[in-house]
Amino acid sequence: MKYLRLGLVLMSLLAAPLAWAVQPDEVLADPALEARARELSAELRCMVCQNQSIDDSDATLAHDIRVLIRQRIVKGDDNTAIRDFLVSRYGDFILLKPPFKPETLLLWVGTPLALALGALAIARARSRRHVASASLTAEEEAKIAALADNEFPR
Amino acid sequence: MIVEIGHYALTLALALALIQAIVPLWGASTRDASLSGVAAPAALGQFAMVALSFGALVYAHLASDFSVVNVAENSHSAMPTIYKISGVWGNHEGSMLLWVLILAAFGALVALFGRGLPPTLRANVLAVQGLISIAFLLFILATSNPFERLDPAPFEGRDLNPVLQDFGLAIHPPMLYMGYVGFSIVFSFAAAALIEGRIDAAWARFVRPFALVAWCFLTLGIAMGSYWAYYTLGWGGFWFWDPVENASLMPWLAGTAFVHSVAVMEKRDALKVWTIFLAILAFSFSLLGTFLVRSGVLTSVHAFASDPRRGIFILAILALFIGGSFALFSLRAPMLRQGGIFAPISREGALVLNNLFLTTTCAGVFLGTLYPLALEEITGEKITVGAPFFNLTCGALLLILCFVIPIGQSLAWKRGDLLGVAQRLTLAGAIGLASAVALAALENGGPVLAPIGAGLALYVIIGSLSEIAARLWRPGTSPGAMLSRARGLPLSAWGSALAHIGVGVTLLGLAATGFGSEVIASTRIGEPRHVGPYDVTIDSVQPRVGPNYLDLVAHATIRSGDTIVATIEPAKRTFASRSTTTSQAGIATLWFGQIYAAIGDQSANGAIAVRLYWKPLVTLIWLGACLMAFGGALSLADRRLRFGVPVRGRARAPAGAATAG
Repeated sequence: MKYLRLGLVLMSLLAAPLAWAVQPDEVLADPALEARARELSAELRCMVCQNQSIDDSDATLAHDIRVLIRQRIVKGDDNTAIRDFLVSRYGDFILLKPPFKPETLLLWVGTPLALALGALAIARARSRRHVASASLTAEEEAKIAALADNEFPR
Repeated sequence: MIVEIGHYALTLALALALIQAIVPLWGASTRDASLSGVAAPAALGQFAMVALSFGALVYAHLASDFSVVNVAENSHSAMPTIYKISGVWGNHEGSMLLWVLILAAFGALVALFGRGLPPTLRANVLAVQGLISIAFLLFILATSNPFERLDPAPFEGRDLNPVLQDFGLAIHPPMLYMGYVGFSIVFSFAAAALIEGRIDAAWARFVRPFALVAWCFLTLGIAMGSYWAYYTLGWGGFWFWDPVENASLMPWLAGTAFVHSVAVMEKRDALKVWTIFLAILAFSFSLLGTFLVRSGVLTSVHAFASDPRRGIFILAILALFIGGSFALFSLRAPMLRQGGIFAPISREGALVLNNLFLTTTCAGVFLGTLYPLALEEITGEKITVGAPFFNLTCGALLLILCFVIPIGQSLAWKRGDLLGVAQRLTLAGAIGLASAVALAALENGGPVLAPIGAGLALYVIIGSLSEIAARLWRPGTSPGAMLSRARGLPLSAWGSALAHIGVGVTLLGLAATGFGSEVIASTRIGEPRHVGPYDVTIDSVQPRVGPNYLDLVAHATIRSGDTIVATIEPAKRTFASRSTTTSQAGIATLWFGQIYAAIGDQSANGAIAVRLYWKPLVTLIWLGACLMAFGGALSLADRRLRFGVPVRGRARAPAGAATAG
């Protein structure tokens, strides 16, 4: 048991260090600049992870991009410039919010379109039923009149 | 030997499923009662066989029988017993077997408690359920056999993926599957109604308990999964709009819409065709979810198996059932007669609006989840659709829906009075608005959505409460009369009010995330860190040996001023067999908020990297979901008394009727 414990302790020393999302040594001294860095990181995808932002990811690539963003912020680049730079380097894939362009047109208008079509369908179904239930054909009117006459002779 | 019995039982289950599917369909169409009567015993037999097979796999895992591939690859003899059991479904083959087990269990429920159903309906429902079983049993036997042997057997197993060695795995997948697969019964009912070409309010009464059971479990399952992610991922995220999460959200949205529209159908005999459509849709999304997760088409953290053969097989199942049911729908739906008429401003009208928003949200999730796949397939271009997109589209739709909730609840059936509703909701609206403004002023320049969400949440909660209050209290009512009225209110009224309060509570928890704070810092032992209203101090850092892992534990104390309010032990866990490290967050629940701590590496000078979060009201996110599920269960209890139609209710003692859920 003693040896097992020793072995485990040794192994934990050998195991890869636990990398993490934003690490203490990355954080910028100026809270306003750091806040901008965090905001930007939350919009960018960690390219080697599944659906994680670089802000949340513990991958080395995410770490590198986080550091890169902070370097650029300190240099005085604005958010758009940094984002454009990263897109030119990695493509639209890095943006968690896809840009609005012909290829993504359906993606962006799809949901509002579905809402509009649904509303239209409901309105049409209503009006059709309204017509169907409200107005009777002349023939039906005559039938009702005949029935009424039978039941309640005038 | 036991393993072979399990495999054989699974094959027998397939044979019984074939009988369960073919014979009753024939019997129902030729009006042959003895043939349709085969359905129930076949369904029970099939369940028994699948249960036997599942039991054999559990046995193999418990006994650490490493001559079985499935056990060797996903288990380890040193694992705690609970993980040995949950490891059964912590892998592709086992989780598919669990899927089929629950499918068969729901079929058995109909066979046992469906004696009040019209015989042809019951035969058809069980037959369709049998068809689904055939497809998935074939899938398991042909592509994902959990009983495959290994020769020579390894001396030790490869251990379960460390991320999955958690209590969450013991309950999250079974609950989620109860929800997913529960909608299969709703689907089978819809298909049976279409086969018969007949549907009425009684159909809605039969199907509603099953839909509610499935919905409650799905709600709990999703909430459980979200909390699991929250405490394991080390930074307190709880929802990522990950494709796999979306896969469970889509059936939930469609199922929620169904639970609402089936209420309209039951009470007012309206929205029949639409309800059938939703029933098919909800299960189609369950199948789609199974496909997305199981085929490995989305390479995500959840895809612990990927094999293109499996993908194509499930895709075929998907095409067969979704295509088949929608073809049947388009053939038969025009034959279904439309029922009750209602004004646009009415409870029914509000529920139609609810359905519009829920299904549109569902469409949005669907689009966002599959668009990148489709685009890459067609143009080769890779894009990412992440949280910001979903928050903008689906989040906005759900917020608008929240605004409508109390209004819809307060409207009367058939024809509602909007002015009266506005009067009744004045208090709720005023409190909501006032708190939103107050919070925005207090916060002064934080996220805009947080105060709006909080205000909206309060409006939903108070609005739902005032709906109940209005039914109990009128000027001059004595407390005694109120109590007797409260007792007289149907349980389903309490249930729906509670579920809607749950929505508000969850929303409040979500909004409160905007008011949290975080500290990321390298911290020395004994150095206090201020986060939110508390101070956190790390007192010591020590190793601790677990059964199959080693923890590096930080003992930390949380103080409010000078008083100690809680102690936490965030840890870094290293697993021996796979030499991987996971983070065990230290969480202290203080009222409804939580202090959340995770530790990283220790530097040479003894300082340790620490992430500390103050998350006010965060537990409300999951408590709200529990309230929703509890509300659903209450409605279920109410229905149960009336399930099984009057004849049976009278023939049997109340105790007998109460089991007919």
